[in-house]
Amino acid sequence: MKLVVPKESISSEKRVAISPENISAFETLGYEVWIESGAGDLANFPDNLYVQSGARISNEKSELWAKGDLVLKINPPSNEEVGLIKEGATLISFAYPARNEELLQSLGERKINWMAMDCVPRISRAQSMDALSSMANVAGYRAVVEASHEFGRFFTGQITAAGKVPPAKILVIGAGVAGLAAIGAARNMGAIVRAFDTRPAVQEEVKSLGGDFLMLDFEEDGAGSGGYAKVMSKEFIEAEMKLFAEQAEEVDIIITTAMIPGKKSPILITEEMVRSMKPGSVIVDLAAEGGGNCELTEAGRSKVEHGVTILGYTDLPSRLPAQSSRLYGNNLVKLVNLLGKTDQFAINQEDEIIRGALVLDHGQISWPPPKVEVSVQPVKPIEESVKEPVEEKKSIFSPGLMLGGLCILLLAMGWQGENEFLDQLTVFVLSCFVGYMVVWNVTPSLHTPLMSVTNAISGIIVIGGMLFVSGSNPWIAGMAIFLATINIAGGFLVTHRMLKMFRKE
Amino acid sequence: MTEGLITMAYLVSGLFFILSLGGLSKQETARKGNIYGILGMTLAILATFASGEVENFKLLIPLMLGGAMIGAVLAKRVEMTSMPELVAILHSFVGLAAVLVGVVSFIDPRDVELTGTNKLIHEIEILLGVFIGGVTFTGSVVAFGKLRGSLSGKPMLLPGRHLLNLGMLGASIWLGTQFIEQGHDQALISLLIVMGISFVLGIHLIVAIGGADMPVVVSMLNSYSGWAAAAAGFMLKNDLLIITGALVGSSGAILSYIMCKAMNRSLANVIFGGFGTAGGSAAIASEIEGSITETSADEVAEELKEAKEVMIVPGYGMAVAQAQHVVKDITETLRGKDVNVRFAIHPVAGRLPGHMNVLLAEANVPYDIVFEMDEINDDLPNVDVLLVVGANDIVNPSALEDSSSPIAGMPVIEAWNAKSVVALKRSMAAGYSGVENPLYFKDNTNMLFGDAKDTLSAVFSKLG
Repeated sequence: MKLVVPKESISSEKRVAISPENISAFETLGYEVWIESGAGDLANFPDNLYVQSGARISNEKSELWAKGDLVLKINPPSNEEVGLIKEGATLISFAYPARNEELLQSLGERKINWMAMDCVPRISRAQSMDALSSMANVAGYRAVVEASHEFGRFFTGQITAAGKVPPAKILVIGAGVAGLAAIGAARNMGAIVRAFDTRPAVQEEVKSLGGDFLMLDFEEDGAGSGGYAKVMSKEFIEAEMKLFAEQAEEVDIIITTAMIPGKKSPILITEEMVRSMKPGSVIVDLAAEGGGNCELTEAGRSKVEHGVTILGYTDLPSRLPAQSSRLYGNNLVKLVNLLGKTDQFAINQEDEIIRGALVLDHGQISWPPPKVEVSVQPVKPIEESVKEPVEEKKSIFSPGLMLGGLCILLLAMGWQGENEFLDQLTVFVLSCFVGYMVVWNVTPSLHTPLMSVTNAISGIIVIGGMLFVSGSNPWIAGMAIFLATINIAGGFLVTHRMLKMFRKE
Repeated sequence: MTEGLITMAYLVSGLFFILSLGGLSKQETARKGNIYGILGMTLAILATFASGEVENFKLLIPLMLGGAMIGAVLAKRVEMTSMPELVAILHSFVGLAAVLVGVVSFIDPRDVELTGTNKLIHEIEILLGVFIGGVTFTGSVVAFGKLRGSLSGKPMLLPGRHLLNLGMLGASIWLGTQFIEQGHDQALISLLIVMGISFVLGIHLIVAIGGADMPVVVSMLNSYSGWAAAAAGFMLKNDLLIITGALVGSSGAILSYIMCKAMNRSLANVIFGGFGTAGGSAAIASEIEGSITETSADEVAEELKEAKEVMIVPGYGMAVAQAQHVVKDITETLRGKDVNVRFAIHPVAGRLPGHMNVLLAEANVPYDIVFEMDEINDDLPNVDVLLVVGANDIVNPSALEDSSSPIAGMPVIEAWNAKSVVALKRSMAAGYSGVENPLYFKDNTNMLFGDAKDTLSAVFSKLG
């Protein structure tokens, strides 16, 4: 089977569907990969890189399209491309079926299987093919870069010989993939980052990237299906707007990412708020495509209103073409993998990922798919205490038992003991306690030296031997003395050697 | 010297010993502690010399000099990896010396003939001294053999071994009662038989305990050697011996207790029920999901270079492979690159309490980057790369997760919480407890197979 990658036809598009690194993965699946000449030029992937990785180059656009059993693209095909595509071929690209009904019709006439990257269900198994997330990630990063480009100051605070520079303050609204990428990028550049999201669950992620999570004093969880936030109640929105109004006066840059699928983006930043911002401030509106989160946003353009630069770029991923193409290509590899090797190529509708992505099935419109309930942030069940109570094993050293036993023993001995023995016993018991108290304090790293010292000390038995060495059996006593002195000398010296090695920095 | 002076000298030397143990509680005062110990010992020996009860200097001096020489040579020559063996064999000397002192004090009663209760007590003391000394002696010899590897580290379990132990104990008690009633010559024979039984008992007790339980065994024998000395003190009516014996005895007992606690087992369980005998279920390893990922020295070096926080968890494998020096080289290099390298030590890592600390100290790793398990466990999620060098059971997650595991409840170093784990291991064999280690199957764990010294040297050469 032939897999073809045409050059994107929209003039402002710099991305290409796959990078040279992906070629070998497709070849393993059995595809013959054809690339349109110059397809990757704008993403810094010249033809020769593709050739080196094993792809073939086609100079003729129509020829390439006519070959393709599987066509990989980024944007939905143009009318011209619809005319070129081979009948019955499979096409994978972004599709936005809700707004492209005509395109669905015309592709349907050519019996095309169309898999939409934007319709891949957002379930955990499909994360590796979630192109919306990978593009959002790029967009979030690029949003910060664009903002810093327009913003006339450093992001990071500095104290220089020429004076003190305060850090930039950035507000990120919506902590989805794009929002989190923006938080991370802005933090890395040294800015103070605050973030707001209607879903309290993302608070942790914001904090892990170093952002401050702004809390509303309001109980409502905004987690909707498909990883998006749902529309909130009126009271909530009022409280939220009040927060944004306060923040607008304070922050230097606002990045908004609040999109609700299939609906107009909510207005979060009013003209009033823009006016309250400091001159030179920047707003980057990632929701421009759906109308924008800022009242003044103009999709695809940058403009200055009330001294505030408002960026409504809709092509942020394309502004980082090499990165976006790489990520998109990787997403494609994973999705094409699901279709199996070329000799067993099948669009298996049992698989919910394929079913979700498939918008045209042999020309039949199969969108929207039956609903699959998904959640990117599953509500974590309250962790049950993992540790099962391990039965406390009884120790023969339990203090109660020991003390009790000791008392009984001592009483019994006192009952009919003789004085000298009892004196010794007193010494013995007291010494045991002293030892007990002292040794508990020993740090575990000194346990070995402790053992060797106690070893040396227990060589005190030498005195026992010495007392008998003048008696009738000097050799037995002598033997004891000999052994005990080995112990004394060996124990102390080896301890000395060990302790000398312990060093502090 | 008068008796009063000697008693006071003994008292002072007893105090020195207490100071010595106290000094050892902290790194800063440890060396002073050792010196106190030496002072105490010197004082005690000098006082005994001066007591007027010692005459046979012709024999005494050469013996003491010889013993001291041998001890000094041993102390100088011993490899730090063989510290456990040295400690064990020194214990056996104390045990044997206690036996000899017990026997000689029976043969050669220096005091006036005792009568009544006094005689009874005295004879019980002799019996106890000899018995404890005997168990310590042979037990330590066996432990020494196991630690050196000249005896198999596997527990040797005779059928009906508990009965056997009980029988031996019973026989000793019966012989003991005979000993008390018999006349002097016959009693000597009884005493010697008790001695023989204690020797056999010592052997039998320790052969049944496996290699990795040696930290407990060695500290237990340490304790016994103290009790033997204390028994000798009672027998000779010598307070210094009693004090010292009691100090050593309780010190060893505490160490055994700490070691047991670190394995979540009771002392009785360690001594009488080795792994694989207690539940019988240990052999059934539960199925572990996931697969092993192997890595190479190159990749590990790369990973280390990019890390900010590195943790090293050494185990007995590091001692066996003598890898502590190359571990230190790696540590130095990484610290030179501003990587924060730390060590996490489990209480029962190695074959002797504190064994790993001594090895690292020998390799010149500063002790303030070496941490105890409890200090470090909470910190592990911040660790970028965690190297497990020849450790197994002490990083086994099933101790916490699987309540049916034989090591359930044992506190472990929670290595799996680190961002990335590299486990160095000779093969996939299970650890001492015979339990599979799910750590190796975790997603964030990579295995580096081979002798730790070789693989780490390879890693070190790539670090450059």
